[in-house]
Amino acid sequence: MDATTADIGLQRLTFTRKPDGIVTRVFDNKAFLVFLCLLPTIGLLLVFLTYPLGLGLWLSMTDATIGQPGEFIGFDNFVYLMEDPIFWMSVTNTIFYTTVATVGKFALGLWLALLLNHHIPFKAFLRAIVLLPWIVPTVLSSIAWWWIYSPQFSIVSYVIVDVLHLRDTYINFLGTPWPARWSLIVANIWRGIPFVAITLLAGLQTISPSLYEAALLDGASGWQKFRRITVPLLMPILAVALTLSVLFTFSDFQLVYAITRGGPFNTTHLMATLAFQRAIPGAQLGEGAAIAVSMIPFLIGATLLCFFGVGRRKWQQGEAND
Amino acid sequence: MTISRRDSLALGAAALGAASIPLIGARAAFDDVPTADVKTPEFKVEKGASLHMIRPAKFIDPDEIFWKKNTEEFIKKTGIEVKVDFVSWEDLRPQLAVVANTGAGADIFVSFGADPHIYADKLVEMTDLAEYLGAKYGGWYPLSLLYGQKWKTKNWLALPLGGGTGPVLYRKSWVNEVGYTSIPNELDKFLDLCQKLQKAGHPWGMSLGHALGDANGFSEWLLWTHNAFVVDEKGKVALDSKETIAALKYATELQKTMIPGTLTWNDVGNNQAYQSGAIGMTFNGVSLYYSMLKSPDAKVQAMAADTFTQDTPYGFSKVKPQSAAPISAMIFKHSKYPNAAKEYIRFMMEKEQYGLWLSSCLGYWCQPLKAYSKMNFWNSDPKLKPFAGALDSQFYDGYKGPISAASAAVIANYTVVDMFASAVSGNVTPEAAAKQAARAAERYYKKA
Repeated sequence: MDATTADIGLQRLTFTRKPDGIVTRVFDNKAFLVFLCLLPTIGLLLVFLTYPLGLGLWLSMTDATIGQPGEFIGFDNFVYLMEDPIFWMSVTNTIFYTTVATVGKFALGLWLALLLNHHIPFKAFLRAIVLLPWIVPTVLSSIAWWWIYSPQFSIVSYVIVDVLHLRDTYINFLGTPWPARWSLIVANIWRGIPFVAITLLAGLQTISPSLYEAALLDGASGWQKFRRITVPLLMPILAVALTLSVLFTFSDFQLVYAITRGGPFNTTHLMATLAFQRAIPGAQLGEGAAIAVSMIPFLIGATLLCFFGVGRRKWQQGEAND
Repeated sequence: MTISRRDSLALGAAALGAASIPLIGARAAFDDVPTADVKTPEFKVEKGASLHMIRPAKFIDPDEIFWKKNTEEFIKKTGIEVKVDFVSWEDLRPQLAVVANTGAGADIFVSFGADPHIYADKLVEMTDLAEYLGAKYGGWYPLSLLYGQKWKTKNWLALPLGGGTGPVLYRKSWVNEVGYTSIPNELDKFLDLCQKLQKAGHPWGMSLGHALGDANGFSEWLLWTHNAFVVDEKGKVALDSKETIAALKYATELQKTMIPGTLTWNDVGNNQAYQSGAIGMTFNGVSLYYSMLKSPDAKVQAMAADTFTQDTPYGFSKVKPQSAAPISAMIFKHSKYPNAAKEYIRFMMEKEQYGLWLSSCLGYWCQPLKAYSKMNFWNSDPKLKPFAGALDSQFYDGYKGPISAASAAVIANYTVVDMFASAVSGNVTPEAAAKQAARAAERYYKKA
């Protein structure tokens, strides 16, 4: 079929065609089609994201307990929490825990990534091994840490007291608030390093060696290379890793719940563990939901801070990177 | 078969050591339970009935082995299919909430303490079955009545299956060493014993951490020995009292005599420390003694031989200041086969089955019905005696007030435990700790 006949055919078609039915016209509508194609996604989001989130918000404004659906009580739960010293302690704990653990994870993770980026023997094997703390289910590693911190059976205490004779008594890691908090942070850092190290290692590998060669020709020092080439080029992936890491740490639950369960006397509760403690074992669903909802502003704040504070890049706003 | 007290221990240890199925129980289960002549109720079992049951997981092997064995017996006899799921203690309550709120799933649910009272409107009344069993087996213990019946009524919400209690377990040789023949009942003497034990290098230990059973039991003991209580008869919070302050001050002194780290212990903390020989005294259920008896290690068995038991010191209380954690079977209204469920529970509570289960577990879940206390195995080992009266107590979680969602919430949220922990660690003054805890408890009681 050549161009002429095609044109004629088309013309004839438009002339002989009956007026469009309602169905055809609706389906020809671009807006409708867009809506139709988005429908599955919207459905998924509604069912799996909006509904639980909405339910959480609703529960936080009811006095629901496990077993009773509860009634709408407005912001009563939040008002109570404002006056609850344990809630405020969980907020400061969470912020402290997230900040210190994230700094630790990134400092050690970056260091590890830089080390692994060098040509070392058994590189592939070492890289695989580094991932171990992250691969092991958190509950398992938490139980291991629980043993390490045990007041009677700690391997650390055993080495210090019975082998090296540096102390007379076993260390009471989790018995008082501050040592307990630091112990949890150490465990969290241990668990978080692999994620940071491997992500940053991936970022390091994308940096073209020619840049370093050029710098070498210009007589740049090791520090200058790191400061002027590695850091700026690593920023985009650092921002992503930081955001994810902050989110994971902020909403951490398993580690704390398995090791201290919020004790001693609620001084190591994070917002997530306190929310669970109050909602499920404590049966105060509404109050637990209110604590969980209180995490949302912090999480949004932390995400924005990481995203725009650390890596303001064009690609993050949907444009090509330069 | 009767066993004298003297050779009981050797026999017990040998039987338990040789096989995980203890002989004493299996032999003595049938003829040593006195029963009254009562007509067995006829529950009209629905056609094609099948049952699904959820119950707490075992802590000691025979609990599960003999529960299953009895269930198989029931299946063989009646042809009713019964599926039993053993769920870990932590997951039990969330699962119960789901079953109750969705109105689907298990027909029979065995759970702890106040749970039947929380889900009262969703349960099939068990009065007929409970009255029959009570009449046949010498009546129910006070705690069975308290937890099984709706508050201040004669209507049974659930059927108590048993309960565990935590008396004192101590190393006799160490206690003798510091000049005591047994555990003194007076609080000052008890403190003196603890101080001397510590000086002798055998401190004691009891958790004030987030240990659901141990820490709650210990803090309740501290309250009740000082005549303090969380709420009064009407359910009004009465925790902020001079008795509570006295208990807090006493606990602070007691804490100094303990091994370090008890504030971090969970429910196995004291078991581990006791079995390793690090502590010489603790409060615990029979599971600790049982696992030492059963140990293949001769050293641990020697420890079991040196371990003696006694009710916790009374202090200022006139009756044993020690409660028990009962487990009760509930039948849900959503079950299609409530009669089959009742028949199953009746079967499991009859002496042929219950006696076997109870004695094989050395009374791990102590009997809710008085007649079972006459079983020979209770006398086979004098060390089991304090466990035998588990449900024969005036005290319960939320004592003086009604059993409710609020009393359960105070326990689950460690309100009283944290009060003691924050005071004994010197974090806050006893007065402030009592005020804080009273405020937290008030919130739960206001809601209920």
